[in-house]
Amino acid sequence: MKPPRIGAIDCDIHPALPGLANLLPYMSDHWREMAQQAGFHELETVNYPPGSPIAAREDWRPVQGKPGSTLDDVRSQALDPWETSLAVCNCLYGVQALFSEDMAAGIARALNHWMAREWLDREPRLRASIIIPVQSPELAVDEIEFWASDQRFVQVLMLVTADAPLGKRQYWPIYAAAARHGLPVGIHAGSSFRYPMTPVGWTSYYAEDYVNQSQAFQTQLTSLICEGVFSKYPDLRVVLLESGFTWLPAHLWHLSKFWRGLRMEVPWVDRPPFEIVRDQVRLTLQPIDAPSRRETLERLLEHMGSDKLLLFSSDYPHWQFDGEDVLPDGLSDALVRKILIDNPRETYPRMMEKVQ
Amino acid sequence: MNVHAPPKATAERSHDTKLRVADCDIHPLPNTVKDLYPFLEKRWRDHLESFGARRRQAIYQGPAYPKGQPEAARRDAWPPGGRPGSSLDLMRRQHLDANNVELGILTVINPHPGNYQNPDQSVAMCRAVNDWQVAEWTGKDTRLRASILAAYEHGDAAVAEIERLADDPNFVQVFLLSRTAQPLGNRCYWPIYEAASQADLPVGVHAFGNSGFPITSSGWPSYYIEEMAGHAQTCQSQVTSLVLEGVFERFPKLRVVFIESGFGWLPSLTWRLDTHWKKLKAENPALKRLPSEYIRDHIWVTTQPIEEPERPRHLLDVFDWIGWDRVLYSSDYPHWDFDDPARCLPAGVTQEQRDKLFLTNALSLYGQK
Repeated sequence: MKPPRIGAIDCDIHPALPGLANLLPYMSDHWREMAQQAGFHELETVNYPPGSPIAAREDWRPVQGKPGSTLDDVRSQALDPWETSLAVCNCLYGVQALFSEDMAAGIARALNHWMAREWLDREPRLRASIIIPVQSPELAVDEIEFWASDQRFVQVLMLVTADAPLGKRQYWPIYAAAARHGLPVGIHAGSSFRYPMTPVGWTSYYAEDYVNQSQAFQTQLTSLICEGVFSKYPDLRVVLLESGFTWLPAHLWHLSKFWRGLRMEVPWVDRPPFEIVRDQVRLTLQPIDAPSRRETLERLLEHMGSDKLLLFSSDYPHWQFDGEDVLPDGLSDALVRKILIDNPRETYPRMMEKVQ
Repeated sequence: MNVHAPPKATAERSHDTKLRVADCDIHPLPNTVKDLYPFLEKRWRDHLESFGARRRQAIYQGPAYPKGQPEAARRDAWPPGGRPGSSLDLMRRQHLDANNVELGILTVINPHPGNYQNPDQSVAMCRAVNDWQVAEWTGKDTRLRASILAAYEHGDAAVAEIERLADDPNFVQVFLLSRTAQPLGNRCYWPIYEAASQADLPVGVHAFGNSGFPITSSGWPSYYIEEMAGHAQTCQSQVTSLVLEGVFERFPKLRVVFIESGFGWLPSLTWRLDTHWKKLKAENPALKRLPSEYIRDHIWVTTQPIEEPERPRHLLDVFDWIGWDRVLYSSDYPHWDFDDPARCLPAGVTQEQRDKLFLTNALSLYGQK
C-alpha cells in the first residue's frame, strides 16, 4: 500500500556515483594521480550488475547514466512521491572490495566528501552514512572521527561480508567510535567476495548470491551476538539494511536454543539473543520477503514480538516493489507511523538534531 | 565428569504414552575405527594406521570447534566402557523401547568418509561403514534402517555404491553431509540425483562436514555455537542452489531431506526465493515453476534441534507454512541436544498432525521395505 503523507523517514536509498571521474576533485593528489596514471575509472561491484533487474526499477532508469545518479532523479523518484522528510543515503561503491587499505581509505574519504558537497549541501532532506575503509579498522576509525562532527552523517556503513565475521575483536574499535559519536552501524547487503556467498563454495547464478545475502545477515547477527559486541557496547545500535526481515524470528529461536545449551562458551552473552536484538538491532523494511497475504505478515510481525524493529526504506533505486506501494498491506495505522517516523527517529539520534 | 556417568536403570526414560514414533536421525558409531576393519581391505587398514583420514580441516582428530559435551553426547548415553551410540543394547533400552520407536533411520556421521579427501579411501570407507551398519545394527534390530553413505565428492564412485545397495531392504536413503565442496545444485552432483531417483531413494543431507569454505561468507567464526547455528544457513544455501540450478526440473522424482539443521528458516527462504526469482528468472530459463512449488514438492525437513519460540504456539505457524506432511520427527540420539518425542512439540497440535509428524510422513517417505 501507499504510505500516508506524514513525513516518512526513508532509511535506505542509494544515490549513485556517476563515475570515478566525479571523485577526482575530492581525491588527494596521490590518488588523483594514481587514478589517472593507472587508468582505473570505475569501481562498481558485481553485487548489483548495472543492467540487472534488481539494480534499478525499469521506470527509474534514466535514458543515460546510472539510476539515482542525479539529484533531480532522487528528488522526483525517491523523495517527492511519499513526501519523505528525510532519507539516508547509503552509497554502494567498490570501497570495501579493494585489497589495499590505503586505496580504500583514499577512495572512502573522497566518496564522503563527494556525498557532503554534491548531495547533503544541496538537498536538506538528505542524510548519509559514513563510508569506511573496513579493511583497516584503524583507518576506519580515522574516517569516522573525520566526519563525526558533521551531524548530517547519521550512520557508519559496512557491508554484510568482510574479511572476518563482524563480531571479531578486530572490528571493535569501529563499534567503539560509532557508539561514542551516537552513530548506529548500518550493515548493508553486498559482498567484498573474500569468500564465496555460501558455506559450500561459489555459486553459478547471480540470483543465488542475492538470495544468500539473507544468510550472510544471519551469520553476522550470530557473530555480533556471540562475540559479545552488544554486551561490550550497550549504546551501540546496529541497523541491517536491505537484509530482509522475515528470517529474523526463526533465526533467533534457533540461536536461542543453542545459547541455552552452550552459553558456557560465550558467558558474556548474558541475555537471550532476542532480547539483545530488540534493544540494539533494527532492520529496514525493503525487501519484504513474504507473500502478499495480509495474514502471513500479521503472523510474522507477532513472531517478531516488537513494533520497534522495522525502519521504513524504499531501497531506491533497487527494484523491490512496483508503483508507490512501498508498504505491505495489512499494517495498522499505529504501526505504519512507528515504521515511517518513530522508529527511525529513535534509532538515529542525529535525525533529531537541527542541521544548520 | 559426565564421561563416566553410568547409564541409569532401564525404566528411567519410559513415557506413559501410546505415541508411535519414527525417528529419522539416530547416530550409531563404531567404538573405535577398528570396528570397521572386518569390512576393509588390508590396504585401507594400513592406510588408516599410517595416515588417518584427511578432511578439509587442520585438526587431525575430532572437530576444529570443541563441542559442548564430550562426543557431543548426552551425559547418560555412555555405555560401560564404550562411546555413546556404540551399544545397540543401550540404544534399545534408552531410546527405541523407551520412546516406542518403531522405525529408526540410522545416520552415521562419525565417521562419514564421503567427506574424505582421498577419493579411493572415501570409497572404501563408505562401503565399509555401509556393510558395518547391516552387520551390527539393521541385521540385529528390525526397527532400524540404514542410510547409504556415498563418496559424494566423487560422482561415479558414489553412483556405484548407490547401485550396489539400491535393492537392499536395509537401506532407505542416500546420505551425505551438508558441508559439500560445491553447492548441491552443481552439476557434479547430478549423477547422484539420477542414481537416487532411479533407485527411488530420498537423499538425506545432514549437518556437518568439511567443505573447506568457512561457514560464513565472511570467514571463520570463533565458537561452536556459531558453527551449530550456521548449519541452518548452510542448508538455506543448499536449498537455494538445488532450486535455482534446476535440479528438481531435471529430476522430478528426487526427494531431499534436510536433517539436523532446524527448519524454521524454510518458509522465509521460500518467500525470498519467490520474491526475487520473479525479477531474476531470465537468468536461468530451465526453471519452469516458482521456487516455492519445487520446495513444496521435493524438500523434507527433520525436527531436531526443534526451534523454541518465546511463545511456543508460534511454531505451529511454521509447520502450517512448511506443510505438516513435510516434517519428520528426529531425536538426534545419543547427542546432547536430543529432542524428547513426548515433550518437543508445543500444545495445540491435532492428532492428525501428530501422526504425520511422528510416524506416517516417515513411513511414506522411506517406504516400508
